[in-house]
Amino acid sequence: MPILPLHKTGVTTRSVSKLAAAVAIGSAVLTGVLSMSTPSYAQSNRVELLNVSYDPTREFYREYNAIFAEHWQTEHDQTVNVRQSHGGSGSQGRAVIDGLDADVVTLALAYDVDALHQRGELIPEDWQSRLPNNSSPYTSTIVLLVRDGNPKNIQDWDDLVRDDVEVITPNPKTSGGARWNYLALWGYGLDKFDGDEEQTYEFVRQVYENVPVLDPAARGATNTFVQRRIGDVFIAWENEAFLSVEQLGQGEYEIIVPSQSILAEPPVTVVDANVDRKGTRDVAEAYLEFLYTDDAQHLAAKHYYRPSNTDILAEYSDNFPELTLFTIDDVLGGWQHAQETHFNDGGVFDRILEDINAR
Amino acid sequence: MDKGAYDVATSSTVIDTNDTIAKRWRRATEEPAWIRVTLITISLIFVALFLLLPLSVVLYGAFEQGISVWYDAIRDPDAMSAIRLTLLIVAIVVPLNTLFGVAAAWAIAKFEFRGKPILISLIDMPFAISPVVVGLIFVILFGSQGWLGPWLSAHDLRIIFAVPGIVIVIAFGTLPFIARELIPLMQQQGKEEEEASLTLGANGWQTFWHVTLPNIKWGLIYGVILCNARAMGEFGAVAVVSGRIRGETNTMPLHIEVLYNEYMFTAAFAVSSLLTGLALVTIAIKSVVEWQEERQQRLAAA
Amino acid sequence: MAATLVKRRVIPGFGLTMGFTLLYMGLVFFIPVGAFLLYTTTMSWDTFWSAITQRQVVASYKLSFGGSLIAATINLVFGALLAWVLVRYRFPGKRLIDALVDLPFALPTAVAGIALVTLYASTGWVGQYLDVFGIRVAYTQLGVVIALTYIGLPFVVRTVQPVLEDLEAELEEASASLGADRLTTIRRVIFPALFPALLTGYALAFARALGEYGSVVFISGNIPFRTEITPLLIVAKTEQYDYHGAAAIGTVMLVAAFMMLLLINGLQWWTSRRHG
Repeated sequence: MPILPLHKTGVTTRSVSKLAAAVAIGSAVLTGVLSMSTPSYAQSNRVELLNVSYDPTREFYREYNAIFAEHWQTEHDQTVNVRQSHGGSGSQGRAVIDGLDADVVTLALAYDVDALHQRGELIPEDWQSRLPNNSSPYTSTIVLLVRDGNPKNIQDWDDLVRDDVEVITPNPKTSGGARWNYLALWGYGLDKFDGDEEQTYEFVRQVYENVPVLDPAARGATNTFVQRRIGDVFIAWENEAFLSVEQLGQGEYEIIVPSQSILAEPPVTVVDANVDRKGTRDVAEAYLEFLYTDDAQHLAAKHYYRPSNTDILAEYSDNFPELTLFTIDDVLGGWQHAQETHFNDGGVFDRILEDINAR
Repeated sequence: MDKGAYDVATSSTVIDTNDTIAKRWRRATEEPAWIRVTLITISLIFVALFLLLPLSVVLYGAFEQGISVWYDAIRDPDAMSAIRLTLLIVAIVVPLNTLFGVAAAWAIAKFEFRGKPILISLIDMPFAISPVVVGLIFVILFGSQGWLGPWLSAHDLRIIFAVPGIVIVIAFGTLPFIARELIPLMQQQGKEEEEASLTLGANGWQTFWHVTLPNIKWGLIYGVILCNARAMGEFGAVAVVSGRIRGETNTMPLHIEVLYNEYMFTAAFAVSSLLTGLALVTIAIKSVVEWQEERQQRLAAA
Repeated sequence: MAATLVKRRVIPGFGLTMGFTLLYMGLVFFIPVGAFLLYTTTMSWDTFWSAITQRQVVASYKLSFGGSLIAATINLVFGALLAWVLVRYRFPGKRLIDALVDLPFALPTAVAGIALVTLYASTGWVGQYLDVFGIRVAYTQLGVVIALTYIGLPFVVRTVQPVLEDLEAELEEASASLGADRLTTIRRVIFPALFPALLTGYALAFARALGEYGSVVFISGNIPFRTEITPLLIVAKTEQYDYHGAAAIGTVMLVAAFMMLLLINGLQWWTSRRHG
């Protein structure tokens, strides 16, 4: 691209030397910016961890980090400072693959963590078997949030296909949390229609036909339902539903527990490549193991996650009603399969969208 | 500037001495009152709907629960660190883009060369590239899976998910503002004054400082303000490369998003109101500059 | 030879300023964008083509391009009007309004989106009154247009304003004294002078709207095929680790925006050469 016809513009030795000066200034600036990055991770009496997590865990980890720091201080006489990063589960996982220096990840679904192995070689393939309970120290499930008094009388998943019901749920293609919503519907459909995929497809399609706003992320969907007062029912994680009721309006919403739902397992893992480079493996592993202690389990329950410890779960049975829970492995043969058949381009969800559009 | 003042002075003399012609001229170059009122009303409605109301939403949200809640939201450690980071980034990006804007405007306005429309279009491009794509571009370039990622991590250099990455992304996004402000201005002013100064023996730098800079001063200040505002408010691309580490790589817009996602709406609007405060600063600076200019003109006319 | 060159070009500094311009743009702009385009070429033509022609993607082009065109046109009309009113008339609050025009640059786009949806949702300050007339703004294509109009608003005003300020009154006076009525003067004298600036403002507003993401996602319903904009699809692709697909669609947007800008800048350069 000949932007510079040099012969016309009178290039003298002086302007060449000025050009050189400009180059020098530019490179100086660049190196200056580069040198601002000074990584320092582990010192003898102080250690830093970066926990890359998803949106709804903010409140939980803020408190958890404090009790873990206290524990680590007494045990090892070392100050641990846990830095937090929160965002959508998928984009957080991607950031770690692209180089975000996470020591541990605590994401919404195993698929996003699997990607750390498949696309980044950051963790071993068997990461999920390293910690108890599929590496999920706390679990949740998918419930229905309705407006006070339940004006549309919504009791179970079946009510979501009614013509007079508007459903709010985020887009499963951009939101990890929303994939659980979709899979809960799908699993319920499979059970209801005795494994008939066509009928299940039709059932799920009808629900999505009732969705007026498809937010890209879970928190955005909550705001649509709560702040904008759009929709009659909001498909939400149980902990999110509790939080909405607590923070956004006591007595304005009701939680409806469906007859059955999916067991949502938000998994945690150490990011091996990063902790080995930074020399933080010990503290990172301890950080995750401590999630299974009684203190941490009580804290999880306080933040409306279902503790994996069944005794502690039983103590909070008022909050966590019993319902039939199926897992993603039961009904869909695991995340990889679910992702491939349902959420990838040209998958079942895309077909649903095309069908809705064609009508 | 002085030339303009002279024009104003003479034309007012004309109006004084020849009232009837002036009246006829004014009528011919102005619209009837009812048209003026209509146009102003339409503009005001448009401004109210698109600018005033959104601003009111932000300010109302920020101060709904009183000034102390607003103050607490600003004094929150995470908010303060977001503000500090944003200011640091602005302090790096704005001078660089100012230098670039002046240099580019000088080269484009004072010289003729082939491919000029292409260069101008390229300078405009950051306006037009989706923030989403900008983020993707830098992930592809600097990410671990990207072109430079492996080399950078081998040398333990962090660009993406650290301050340098945010700086580069914001420099990219605000690249055109100052150049775009100065190019038409300098093109319009031509180069006669500079040529006169040079023939009178001044060197290039002297000419720039004493002839060009005073002429473009207002446009430059305005461009800097805009660049500054945009740099502080840049969101989409920064969200991709920041890593969102609380208290470290969250800029003000990202912190606002965090607060909004935590259902802390008042705090979110409080931090937003700081950014809209920039618009008020713009009014202040603009008024001062205009007032100064008027005063100079009056002095010159006297 | 040096002497003749100096004669031809009195003003110095071309090497320095152009050098710095290209160096800086090289570091901040050319290298990253070049790397991006290079990345696009690592995929096969078939992959590229099928990524950019998926039905859902094509539907989003229609909304993104159509919505941006409408928004830019609204901005063209009202931006020119606003510039005219701000330059030519005096009225109370003028300076405040003048400053407010830059608000869409200063406010983070996400905040703008939240503010707009607060206003235009059917429970919002404005939306509740529109709802009475059956007009729905939020979560419809109209909402997308509103958001795109908002973010492109400063461009036309700010490109037209300075030209209008510098427009010499003598021309209008001459036209008037030669017997032209006001409409003719506007059509024959003022409009041609403003035309290049209008064109630039229009192009910038359009290009900016085309790529907008942050404010739109709050106010559009993001329903595929109906209210889903192209940048959102790029996000969706990256969420699925489909960087190639995302880059392919991104390239389409990039090329479209560049073509638009090149067309306008070329047209302007050409007219300015023709008229002297």
